[in-house]
Amino acid sequence: MHANNLLLLLLAFVAAAFYVGRGRANHIAKLAGGSRQLHSLPDYHGHYTALCCGLPAVLLLILWIIFSGHVISAMVLDSLPAGQFLGDPGGRELLANKIANIAQGVLPKANQPAILVAAAEELNRLTQISRWSVTALASCVSLVGLIWARSRITPELRSRPRVEASIRYALFFCACVAVFTTFGIIFSVLFESLQFFQSVPVVDFIFGLEWSPQTAIRDDQVGSSGSFGAVPLFVGTLLVSAVAMVVAVPIGLMSAIFLAEYAHKSVRAYAKPALEVLAGIPTVVYGFFAALTVAPFLRDLGQGYGFSVSSESALAAGLVMGVMIIPFISSLSDDVITAVPQSLRDGSLAMGATHSETVIRVVIPAALPGIVAGIMLAISRAIGETMIVVMASGLAANMTFNPLDSVTTVTVQIVTLLTGDQEFDSPKTLAAFALGLVLFLITLILNIIALKVVKRFREQYE
Amino acid sequence: MNTSATFGVGTPSESDFRDTRGGDMSEIGLTKGHVTVGSVEIQAAKMTARGVNIFYGDKQAIHDVTVDIGKNQVIAMIGPSGCGKSTFLRSLNRMNDTIDGCKIEGDIRIDGEDLYSPKLDVVELRARVGMVFQKPNPFPKSIYDNVAYGPKIHGLAETRVDLDEMVEKSLRRAGLWDEVKDRLFQAGTGLSGGQQQRLCIARAIAVSPEVILMDEPCSALDPIATARIEELIEELSHNFTIAIVTHNMQQAARVSQRTAYFHLGRLIEVNPTEQVFTNPEHSLTESYITGRFG
Repeated sequence: MHANNLLLLLLAFVAAAFYVGRGRANHIAKLAGGSRQLHSLPDYHGHYTALCCGLPAVLLLILWIIFSGHVISAMVLDSLPAGQFLGDPGGRELLANKIANIAQGVLPKANQPAILVAAAEELNRLTQISRWSVTALASCVSLVGLIWARSRITPELRSRPRVEASIRYALFFCACVAVFTTFGIIFSVLFESLQFFQSVPVVDFIFGLEWSPQTAIRDDQVGSSGSFGAVPLFVGTLLVSAVAMVVAVPIGLMSAIFLAEYAHKSVRAYAKPALEVLAGIPTVVYGFFAALTVAPFLRDLGQGYGFSVSSESALAAGLVMGVMIIPFISSLSDDVITAVPQSLRDGSLAMGATHSETVIRVVIPAALPGIVAGIMLAISRAIGETMIVVMASGLAANMTFNPLDSVTTVTVQIVTLLTGDQEFDSPKTLAAFALGLVLFLITLILNIIALKVVKRFREQYE
Repeated sequence: MNTSATFGVGTPSESDFRDTRGGDMSEIGLTKGHVTVGSVEIQAAKMTARGVNIFYGDKQAIHDVTVDIGKNQVIAMIGPSGCGKSTFLRSLNRMNDTIDGCKIEGDIRIDGEDLYSPKLDVVELRARVGMVFQKPNPFPKSIYDNVAYGPKIHGLAETRVDLDEMVEKSLRRAGLWDEVKDRLFQAGTGLSGGQQQRLCIARAIAVSPEVILMDEPCSALDPIATARIEELIEELSHNFTIAIVTHNMQQAARVSQRTAYFHLGRLIEVNPTEQVFTNPEHSLTESYITGRFG
């Protein structure tokens, strides 16, 4: 039986177990003189029975899914004569793949060596056996669990704490999935980066001033070396983010102050959602807005005043990114400003302070930690933003602080390094992982700072 | 609705009258044409209120209140919860302006100047009429900056030395100086509840107001801190005009020279404190102070 069907079968067993357990508990309760005589409510006994029925079988199924394929292919390979292996460790895997493909009919049997066809049939036979045996075993385990749990139900059985504990473990498991995924991503990026740092020294990467990741396919090609100095990329990222923050922080903060402190309720009811719509626009839309509207406009404007503005300027990308980030800052700041207790405003107004004096001297300082945290989150968002810069800021790794020039960012380079057909062991592609790692570390640090600041803010007011 | 007054001076004949709160006024002896008993007017009045009505939206919270607040005197405002005493207090420095839908009718004056005239600068008014709130609300700044806040926004201090002096003087008058002089630059929110409230009083008197309004200043404090604040009110009353709202009748009796009793948005009686607590003129006042309701 296929694993999915088996899972459905187990689900049916579990549902049955719940009703069996609850029925048994109800019966016992009736004998003992009402459900108050039970330690736990009948429902808990039902859940307990269901858990005893389902958990071991599901664990068994998971183990089987993980290991059965490896075990079976190892058995098949071991049955082959030793000479079939190509000698190197990869050969065994290739052979196993080939046999599996024959078995599944991906490779036609006709033009394959007879010994492999035989192995493929053996593989199919073993897989079949293993499926039926796991079906039988899992069903047995769940039935045994059901019967065992049912037999244990007595007025004294403490089902409630056990079910409660199982809920805790289930929640813990879900939390672990998120954390382990993060670690998985970190490690995959980390290992690729380490591989990269074997061909390019860390110091050259982090402090190098020239970025041209072209490596030659043949040794005699021109410019075969490639240089991987990431500084221009980080300067570019910094420049675009800085432009974005210059746009987003004042506008976002001011609009938050307006919405939270000055706007009439009816204005606020429309203005706040309208502002948050900005956050819902896909970044790719911002991207072509930047590339096709803002960048040419800036270039023409620059020409009018005698500046030479690149048609893919950091300014255009930064301006549009800033607009994208405005709702982040305004929404978060609006929340913290509204969270400042009214009593502080009253206190200030009662001293004869004007509304603006109250906002500037009392409300904003009180909300400052929260505002700073919002800005930090916005900065990490700006640094990690990809689509806008891919479309609007260009590919030339210029080492410049002039926003009118074309620059490239870390994210843009990662995209260009990894799109298209690439070898996955050249420094060129591995560089993308190293860039990703550094970028990740930077945003991680910013987020940690932001969380710390937010925590301090909470301690102050709760 | 054919009920008769169980006590009080009102005439039950106006039994068709209903309070906007939905209570049957005639039952407790209040009538539409109710007139405050006692001595509403006094010789040396700092502030005067004449025929004041206050509305929150359609709901009327204060009905036709007329009372004088005597110079360098403490007037206590007592009454059951929701009787409008805080609302009335807040109208004395226009703090009700910050509440949406709050409307005021009638005439309130300070030294003969109309509080609600368009010519009046509300900032200047609030500098003259300070306020201390129910819950201590120090700003999340240092103790020094809390007290220096008022003088700074009003430009009262020319130099840093002036400012230092003002801060010290205010903290001394609020009886807090000795406790905080070594930690002036620590956060005001780190003080105890009673200290915070005295800090708020110091903050209020730092701008040298003429009137201080106190809205249940001790309700969040323990008895010892309360006693400390009451002493302070007594000392301050030599130089300031004070209006205090309180739920604590002993407190009203201890700190005030005059007492005003509010009931369901109406001012029932204003008399010298001693008389209110020993020989109240109105039967509602008597019922309240003897604990029959409230």
